[in-house]
Amino acid sequence: MQALVIVAHGSHLNPDSSTPTYDHADTIREVGAFDEVRTGFWKEEPSIREVLRTVEADEVYVVPLFISEGYFTEQVIPRELRLDGWDVADWDSDGLSASHVTLTADDVPEKTVHYCGPVGTHEAMTDVIVRRAESVTGDPNVGEGFGLAVVGHGTERNENSAKAIEYHANRIRDMDRFDEVQALYMDEDPEVDDVTDYFESEDIVVVPLFIADGFHTQEDIPEDMGLTDDYRDGYDIPTEVDGHRIWYAGAVGTEGLMADVVLERAADAGAEIGDALELVRERTRATPQAGD
Amino acid sequence: MGHHIDALVAAAADDDVRLDGLEVTQSDDGYTLETPDSHHAGLSEDALRDALGDYDDYATNWYVWSTVVGESSPQRRAFLRWVEGAGKYAVPERYDALRDGIHHEWGQLRITATIDGHGERSYDLRHVDDADIDVDDLDPYHEPLAARQLATYDEKGRYRPLKTGANLAGGWVFPDLDGRDLVETVETFYPASVPNWFREREGTLDVEHWEDTIGRQTGMYSVIDTWNRGDGHEHVNWVAEACCDDSQCVKRREWEYDDETDLDVDGGDGVFPCREPCSLVIAASRKWTRLEGEETKTYEFELTPSEKQQVEDIIEAVADDRIDEIREADVYEGSNRYRTRFLRAKLFDEDGNLCGVPTEDE
Repeated sequence: MQALVIVAHGSHLNPDSSTPTYDHADTIREVGAFDEVRTGFWKEEPSIREVLRTVEADEVYVVPLFISEGYFTEQVIPRELRLDGWDVADWDSDGLSASHVTLTADDVPEKTVHYCGPVGTHEAMTDVIVRRAESVTGDPNVGEGFGLAVVGHGTERNENSAKAIEYHANRIRDMDRFDEVQALYMDEDPEVDDVTDYFESEDIVVVPLFIADGFHTQEDIPEDMGLTDDYRDGYDIPTEVDGHRIWYAGAVGTEGLMADVVLERAADAGAEIGDALELVRERTRATPQAGD
Repeated sequence: MGHHIDALVAAAADDDVRLDGLEVTQSDDGYTLETPDSHHAGLSEDALRDALGDYDDYATNWYVWSTVVGESSPQRRAFLRWVEGAGKYAVPERYDALRDGIHHEWGQLRITATIDGHGERSYDLRHVDDADIDVDDLDPYHEPLAARQLATYDEKGRYRPLKTGANLAGGWVFPDLDGRDLVETVETFYPASVPNWFREREGTLDVEHWEDTIGRQTGMYSVIDTWNRGDGHEHVNWVAEACCDDSQCVKRREWEYDDETDLDVDGGDGVFPCREPCSLVIAASRKWTRLEGEETKTYEFELTPSEKQQVEDIIEAVADDRIDEIREADVYEGSNRYRTRFLRAKLFDEDGNLCGVPTEDE
C-alpha cells in the first residue's frame, strides 16, 4: 500500500488558505493513484506532527505544497514529521534541485517515508503557470501579443524564493510563446507595482507564484498594481492600467493542474502512479477563472 | 445458510476460532463449539454448520470483526469495537442493544451504532445537540469528506481555526455510514483523534509537555522560550485556562508544564486526548510572551463601584462568548451594548483613552 501526504502551511485566520491543498488532494484521490491521500498542516489539523499516524499504508510519499526550498522544507517539516537522520545535505540541492530522500520517521517507525522537494521548484510547475495564463484569459493558445509576469515574494526571507521565480520565468521565455516574460517581486526590484513599466505588450498576464490566495495575492498585489484602490471593491479581469490590459491570475497554486506537480514529485520519489498524470492533466483543463 | 457461516467453518478448518465468547476448536473427535452458555463437542463439519445456525449472532459477530473490519488498521478496529461496547458486553446483550441503537459521544459528535438482521452494522453520525431531532429534519450527507466543509465554519459562518473547538455547528446528519466511512468522517471532523485515543489505550501516547514543545520551536516562535524564566509555571496555567478548557476545546489536555510539574488547571473530560500544545496555543503564546514582557505601570482612574463592576462584566461576557445572549434592552447587564456605549461616552476622551489617561507617557 502507498499513501500520498500533502503538507501545507494553512492558516488560523483565512479559511481559503487550505482550499488548494484539499482540492489537489481530491483530484489525486479521484484518479486512484494512491491507496490513501492525506493532508497535514503547520497551522491546521491534522498537524504535520500527527499526520503520519493517520496513514495506514507502509510506503508514504510526503509532498510539501510550498513554493521554494527553505525554512519550511528544510527545518520545520522534517522536524515535525520526526524524520530520522534528516540532513538537508542529502537533498544535495542548489536551491532548486531537491528531489526526494527516503527515511523513516520516529512517529511511525514501521513505515518508509519518501520526503519530496517542494512543488514550486519542479519543472512541471512551469506548465502550471502557463495553464494559469490560459485559464485567466480563457484562451488555450494565449501567448502572441501577450506579456507574462511571474510574481514572487522576493528575497526578504529566503533567496531561494527568487531563484524559483527566475527559474520558471526563464523556462517560459525559452518556450518562445509569450512576446515578453518578466520576473517581478513584491519587495525588491523589479517591483510588481511598476508592472506596466516592464512591458511593451498591451496585454499582460500576471501570475503570482503563491500556493494559496490570501493577503498578498488578494489585497497587496491588486492594489500595488493599481487594479483597484481598495481590494474589497474587487477588480475586472482584465483591468486597464496605464494603457495596458492586466490579466491578474491570482495564486498559481489554485490552478487545478497543480495536482500534476504533486504527482510528479511523488513519482520522482518512486511512487507507482500508472496513468494518473494523463488523467489529471485532462481533468484539470477547465479551471474557473480567478475572481469567478 | 449464510456466507458468514461458510466463512466461519472454513476458518475453523484452518485454525481455532475465538472471539467475544465464541470458541470453535478442532480435535481428533471433531469440532467443539462453545459459547458462554453452551457446549457442543464431537461435531462433524456439517453438524458444526447446523449448530452454528443456532448461534447466528455469534457467527455474524465473528464475520464482521474478522472479515469486514479485519485487522489491517488496529486503530479503526479498536474504535469500532469501542463504539458498540464489544469486549465489554456479551454478544447477545450487545446485539439487543445494537438493535435499539448504541450511542456514544466523541467531542461534539454523536455516534449511533445499529445492526440489521444479517449482523451488518451501520452508523448514524450527527451533532450531539441534534440527538433528538428526526433524521428527516437534518441535512443528509453520505461522503466522509463532506465533513470538511461542515467543520470549517461555526453557526455564525465564522471560520473555525481549531477543528476541536467547542463550536461545531449542527443541522446535518450522516445517516447511514459503514464502519470505514464512520472512522473517516470522525477523523475529518477531528483529525488524528482516533489514532491518539488508540495510542492512549495502548499506553503508547507520546505526550509532549509545554517545555518540550516550546523547546523545539524555531523562527518566529522560538521567542516563547524566553517566557519561561525559571520562576514557576503560573503563565502556562493561564494559557491552559484560556485555551484548553472544555468550554473551548473538546480534547482532554494531557500535556503539563514538564515531566515533573503538573499544571494546576484541570485537563478536562474530553474522550480523546490532546498530546501537546497545538499551533493555536503556540501562536497565542507568542503574543502573550511579548505582552508579558512589559512592566506594569500605575494608572489612576476614577470609577464608580458600578463602573468597576461593569468593566468586569464586559471582560466576563467576551471571555465566555456571551455577547450575543445579552438582550438589547437588558440594561441590567453590565455588558449590555447601551450600557457599554454610555460608559464609553462618559469615560473615553477623543483618542479612546479611559478617563482621559494616556496609555503611554506623553
